[in-house]
Amino acid sequence: MRRFTWFNATSLTLGFAFLYLPMIILVIYSFNASKLVTVWAGFSTKWYGTLLQNQAFLDAAWVTIKVAVISSTIATVLGTMAAYVLVRAGRFAGRTLFSGMIYAPLVMPEVITGLSLLLLFIGIGLDRGIFTIILAHTTFAMCYVSVVVSSRLVSFDKSLEEAALDLGCSAFDAFRLVTLPIIAPAVISGWLLAFTLSLDDLVIASFTAGPSATTLPIKIFSAVRLGVSPEINALSTIMIGLVSIGVISASIISKRAAVAQQRDEQAAARTS
Amino acid sequence: MRRFTLIAVPYLWLLALFLVPFLIVLKISLSDTALAIPPYTPTLDFSGGWSAIKDFFSKLDFENFIFLTEDDLYWKAYLSSLQIAGISTLLTLLVGYPIAYGMVQAPDEWRPTLMMLVILPFWTSFLIRVYSWMGILSNEGFLNQFLLWTGLISEPLIILNTKIAVYIGIVYTYLPFMILPIYAALEKLDISLLEAAEDLGCSRLSAFWLVTIPLSKGGIIAGSFLVFIPALGEFVIPSLLGGSGTLMIGKILWEEFFSNRDWPVASAVAVILLLILIIPIILFQRNEQKAREADQ
Repeated sequence: MRRFTWFNATSLTLGFAFLYLPMIILVIYSFNASKLVTVWAGFSTKWYGTLLQNQAFLDAAWVTIKVAVISSTIATVLGTMAAYVLVRAGRFAGRTLFSGMIYAPLVMPEVITGLSLLLLFIGIGLDRGIFTIILAHTTFAMCYVSVVVSSRLVSFDKSLEEAALDLGCSAFDAFRLVTLPIIAPAVISGWLLAFTLSLDDLVIASFTAGPSATTLPIKIFSAVRLGVSPEINALSTIMIGLVSIGVISASIISKRAAVAQQRDEQAAARTS
Repeated sequence: MRRFTLIAVPYLWLLALFLVPFLIVLKISLSDTALAIPPYTPTLDFSGGWSAIKDFFSKLDFENFIFLTEDDLYWKAYLSSLQIAGISTLLTLLVGYPIAYGMVQAPDEWRPTLMMLVILPFWTSFLIRVYSWMGILSNEGFLNQFLLWTGLISEPLIILNTKIAVYIGIVYTYLPFMILPIYAALEKLDISLLEAAEDLGCSRLSAFWLVTIPLSKGGIIAGSFLVFIPALGEFVIPSLLGGSGTLMIGKILWEEFFSNRDWPVASAVAVILLLILIIPIILFQRNEQKAREADQ
């Protein structure tokens, strides 16, 4: 009895217009020749040119990418370990505290996480720079990874692991050969999530970055505080473009994989 | 031995970089401001032995918290954060529910695309999404130009740097968090219940109120908390879209720390913000627990 009414169509249209129009306007105005952001003065790509010559932005982009790659990789390893501990390790002393520390950063306001890490770094005399941003990002990203991975671990059949152990696998081999391939999609999406969160973070990076390292969001924030700028529009357009390509191709790949898996399963059902 | 390493590595990491920093915040919130580096006193000095530690604890007090109650800036900021987060959550629900409902009613082959359209903004930079509204809402911005052109208004509306801009920013950036849990709840809804209601003489609208809404309550509650909790401590949205009159506690904490360099007061502000957040977080977890039990 599902009926797709005019009301549904209208609410979807308006809803998606609300979600996408601001970004579309931003993209259009990034090609505006005028420095005045609100006056249309013809098509131009000159802001992309000035952006690519802006060494400060390029340096910040490089720092951001380095931080995101390193922190999301460490966070994926630690987060997967934490998920495995939460789901498989059974009872151990301090388990409640452990799961509390995994879930708390997810709801902790960023200003508090940033403040507390900064006070720690100052307290132990650690110089602030790329290294401290990596530590901070790894810490909150590992919690997101472990939530994503543990939901996958909960849902898969534990007897597969037990069979591998019974057949003489060491615990590590059972993890490497059986568990890891099964949870791989979750581990990959955990990494992607950690990478995006790190790329995106302004607040925690502002607290933990020193004068020697500035990330792109910090740079963007200090530029847009003063108002709209055409260079930032161009930068935003590039970032929106990259993300859209990434998300759309990821969804196409996963759709193909699902179709292939379905076909294999049907073939297997026919032969048996 | 392996099990021990497996547990110890993430455990120690979180202890060192989550719990210890938080204890430091707690400690500094009880310290006094000082013109020194670091700008607070007392500092813990283990080399002084037991008497130094005792001395350290005797110097801690609740002065900063008393200060927060005396200066009405902080009270107003907490209340106005609660109000802004509450109103925006309600607005997000009003905008998000029809979208989630429309997605469930849409033909099956549309669903993956619709789903991707909801998730895509989530992967796009938060900062850029907030920034995109600055060009739209400003006095000479896109919205005002459009409304002036249509003749609906004769003078530009002042929206940027007001609370309204903050509401729009929160609704816009957190909308996917509202849509997804409601969509998940509506998708599980047994359609035969609606058929039964209509067979028994319910109109479509009353069937919606009496069957659909109550059965999607779990999704509504989950979505509301997912918007309310982060909105309460929000910093980027009020500082880019809000004006000097929009008090939000995340912004106060930032200014207290970076502009006033008053670390003890900033820490006390953080501790109280966390105490306020504990209630909605516990309620949220209870709701999730109930949902899990209902699934089993």
